Amino acid sequence: MTTLTEDKHAYSGSTNNRVVYDTKDLNLWYGQTHALKDINLSIYEKEVTAIIGPSGCGKSTFIKTLNRMVELVPTVSTSGTITYNDKSILDKTFKVEDLRTQVGMVFQKPNPFPKSIYDNITYGPKIHGIRSKKVLDEIVERSLRGASIWDEVKDRLKENAYGLSGGQQQRLCIARCLAIEPEVILMDEPTSALDPKSTLRIEELVQELKKEYSIIIVTHNMQQAARISDKTAFFLNGEVVEYDKTDTIFTTPSDNRTEDYISGRFG
Amino acid sequence: MTTNSGSEKKSAVNVREMIAEKKRKRNFSALTEKIIPILLLIIASISILTTVGIIYTLLSEAFEFFKRIPIWEFISGTVLKPLSQEPEFGLLPLLNGTIISSVIAMLVAGPIGIMSAVYLSEYASEKVRKTLKPLLEILAGIPTIVYGFFAFTFVTPVIRAVFPAVEATNILSPGLVMGVMIIPMIASLSEDAMTSVPNSMREGALALGATKLETTFKVVIPAALSGIISSFVLGISRAIGETMIVTIASGSSKNFTFDITQSMQTMTAYIVEVSGGEAPAGSTIYYSLYAVALTLFVFTLIMNLLARYVSRKFREEY
Amino acid sequence: MKYVDQTLVHKRMNSRVLKNNILKQVFLIATLFGLAVLAILIFRVVTQGIAWIDWNFLTGKLSTFPEKAGIMGAILGTSYLMLIVIPVTLIIGVGTAIYMELYAKKGKLQSFIATNISNLAGVPSIVYGLLGLTIFVRVMDFGNVVLAGGLTLSLLVLPIVIVAAQEAIRAVPGHLSEASYGMGATKWQTVKKIILPAALPGIITGAILAVSRAIGETAPLTVLGIPAFLLPFPEGIFDTFTALPMQIYYWTLDASLVDEYAYLAAATIIVLLVLLFILNAIAVIIRNKFQQRY
Ligand SMILES: Nc1ncnc2c1ncn2[C@@H]1O[C@H](COP(=O)(O)OP(=O)(O)OP(=O)(O)O)[C@@H](O)[C@H]1O
Ligand SMILES: [Mg+2]
Repeated sequence: MTTLTEDKHAYSGSTNNRVVYDTKDLNLWYGQTHALKDINLSIYEKEVTAIIGPSGCGKSTFIKTLNRMVELVPTVSTSGTITYNDKSILDKTFKVEDLRTQVGMVFQKPNPFPKSIYDNITYGPKIHGIRSKKVLDEIVERSLRGASIWDEVKDRLKENAYGLSGGQQQRLCIARCLAIEPEVILMDEPTSALDPKSTLRIEELVQELKKEYSIIIVTHNMQQAARISDKTAFFLNGEVVEYDKTDTIFTTPSDNRTEDYISGRFG
Repeated sequence: MTTNSGSEKKSAVNVREMIAEKKRKRNFSALTEKIIPILLLIIASISILTTVGIIYTLLSEAFEFFKRIPIWEFISGTVLKPLSQEPEFGLLPLLNGTIISSVIAMLVAGPIGIMSAVYLSEYASEKVRKTLKPLLEILAGIPTIVYGFFAFTFVTPVIRAVFPAVEATNILSPGLVMGVMIIPMIASLSEDAMTSVPNSMREGALALGATKLETTFKVVIPAALSGIISSFVLGISRAIGETMIVTIASGSSKNFTFDITQSMQTMTAYIVEVSGGEAPAGSTIYYSLYAVALTLFVFTLIMNLLARYVSRKFREEY
Repeated sequence: MKYVDQTLVHKRMNSRVLKNNILKQVFLIATLFGLAVLAILIFRVVTQGIAWIDWNFLTGKLSTFPEKAGIMGAILGTSYLMLIVIPVTLIIGVGTAIYMELYAKKGKLQSFIATNISNLAGVPSIVYGLLGLTIFVRVMDFGNVVLAGGLTLSLLVLPIVIVAAQEAIRAVPGHLSEASYGMGATKWQTVKKIILPAALPGIITGAILAVSRAIGETAPLTVLGIPAFLLPFPEGIFDTFTALPMQIYYWTLDASLVDEYAYLAAATIIVLLVLLFILNAIAVIIRNKFQQRY
């Protein structure tokens, strides 16, 4: 039996931060496809954790497992455990709605609702029972400020969200996520559909957000991972090849495959 | 960046706590989540109940009928005299009327429908197609009672002006008008089948120097054949079930004849006549309604299943 | 040695091209044939009926004198019928569609219901009439009132609404519901607040098409035993009634005795067709206005 520190997949660095997510021997299948293999990862509070790896290696699957969105695919089955704040979330008795209230998600393609900007933000609070107009107004302003898009939209809150640019839509989606004040924000390639300028704004935003939120971000962009993350996990064929401080991963990786991937030799 | 001003305000409203608070109180929503699927299943089963209702009423009342009139006598009888002193209940006159009117309808709708489909899918420009198709679909949206009126007050007099031997109520006129009504159905389903033939197949023939016409008949129609057949079968089913046109324009003669200039009654028209004529519940004539309706139902059901079977085979081809 | 004699090919080519061009015209004429009949039909109806449409005709009661007859009773009857058909088909149709698309597990039950719905769509309308006569008029003992007629027509057009609603729900992009689930919304919340609003234009369009089918249906009503001559206007869903297509039917039958009845029937057909035209125009407007833009 190995202890956590000896397990080469599990990074237990010198950080003082608390562990929010802890996965133990996590396996996932889509029908017969074995998409995640023995994942053991500890993810820390108020850090940015980047997930990198070639296409199809299971990055999206992994973060969708963290809020159990992966279960929307009916053929999915899992084994192993995921602990979130010391609760085992893969238990069938665990309410996914509670989990997803505490763990927000931002998707690859901006996906605002076909409603007004205001209604997009208040959607989360309203479904969770917050009705007071005063409170909602305040949440709207605070979330939009939090996603640094307030100044751009404050005069058009009643307009349809589809009138915004792609980059603005994505920040609106982040704001929508902030409106219910989650602890963790999962981001699946949030900038891959955006132009460089919008990408930069989101990256800056992520740096701001990490003061209050734990962020797990999937990215294909090596520079992005290097720029904004504290830890990086490298996935390959459903396995975690290496998980370490971002600096270490990008300067002195311990696995050849990591080095190959980062230097662009495959992927 | 203005995030900091946001966190300062945090003390005012604590969203996390509010949500947690509401969650503790709301068992109600968990209950809703459990009840809704059950409620929806109940609603969805209404369509099954409808089928059960149709089959049950038809079978149970027809069963009563067959207790009185042996089933063989019904199926093979050529005399239908429900109201006479010594009533006879032969199905063949009605079956005959139904088949003849459907054949006439299909003789109109089949060729014209398929030619329209060929024109729309192979010859017409996109613009022409976009104008003609909706116009053609108007035909399908006209209530059948209007067609009945048209057959009776216009088509029949026109036919009689040319062929005075034709009776004032006859099976020919409603058959023709029914054909017009079915054209859009055959045209649009056949066109769908033809347009889904991959262009590469057409190009293969055209590249060999075939004309459009040859390509259509040697490549497109064979490839779309099962879709076309299925549209024909649905057209026939539609003709068999059509009621108002024949009721109005073909009269209620129950003669067993093949003369299309005469009045004939279809199964559907018989149902209208008898049910409208205050057939006392419990009488044989009342039960005969259900025996006829059961026959009609079985015919159309077989046609519809056949159409689905044929078109499913067609989809497997590409 | 040549396998293909070019001059022969060329000669035959001309006649083949000619044949192609001639048949192209034949196909065009065939396509226009249906439209020509439509034009004649409308021309006939309008020329026969338009002179008979006046205020008295639209608002008056039936009469034994053709020139005094009015169709208000039929208009009211048709309106009352729709008052039943619209809510009943919307609730059952949309409910069934939600179940089929979002709740039912892919399997035997689901495909059984789907097959059943498509078979129901092919059952002749007269058979629905017998079902209505047996169940609503006799067994439930409503009598031949608006309620019985409305429920019969509802069952008849239900498959149209179900299929339209299923298509509308299927067209709502998955990333919208994902966003909702991602916020911790429950399934029903997602259905109610995201999927249904997005599918609404398609559902309404389908419902309008179903209503226009129901408005023109005659056969099932003839089976229910709708009186040919009814003076009092229906005042609720438990009253006996007549409807526009029934009025057309009876007047058409009478036309063989007295010519004027043909004109009354034609005038009523105009009213019915105008109604259908308005409904379809609304459906087209809705479809164009809410063209999906996700
Ligand atoms: N719904 C699904 N059904 C079946 N297999 C799936 C499904 N989604 C993903 N997979 C499979 O699971 C594996 C991991 O997919 P995943 O989407 O997690 O990869 P990814 O790392 O996010 O790739 P990308 O960088 O392209 O987004 C792939 O082999 C994929 O084919
Ligand atoms: Mg992915």
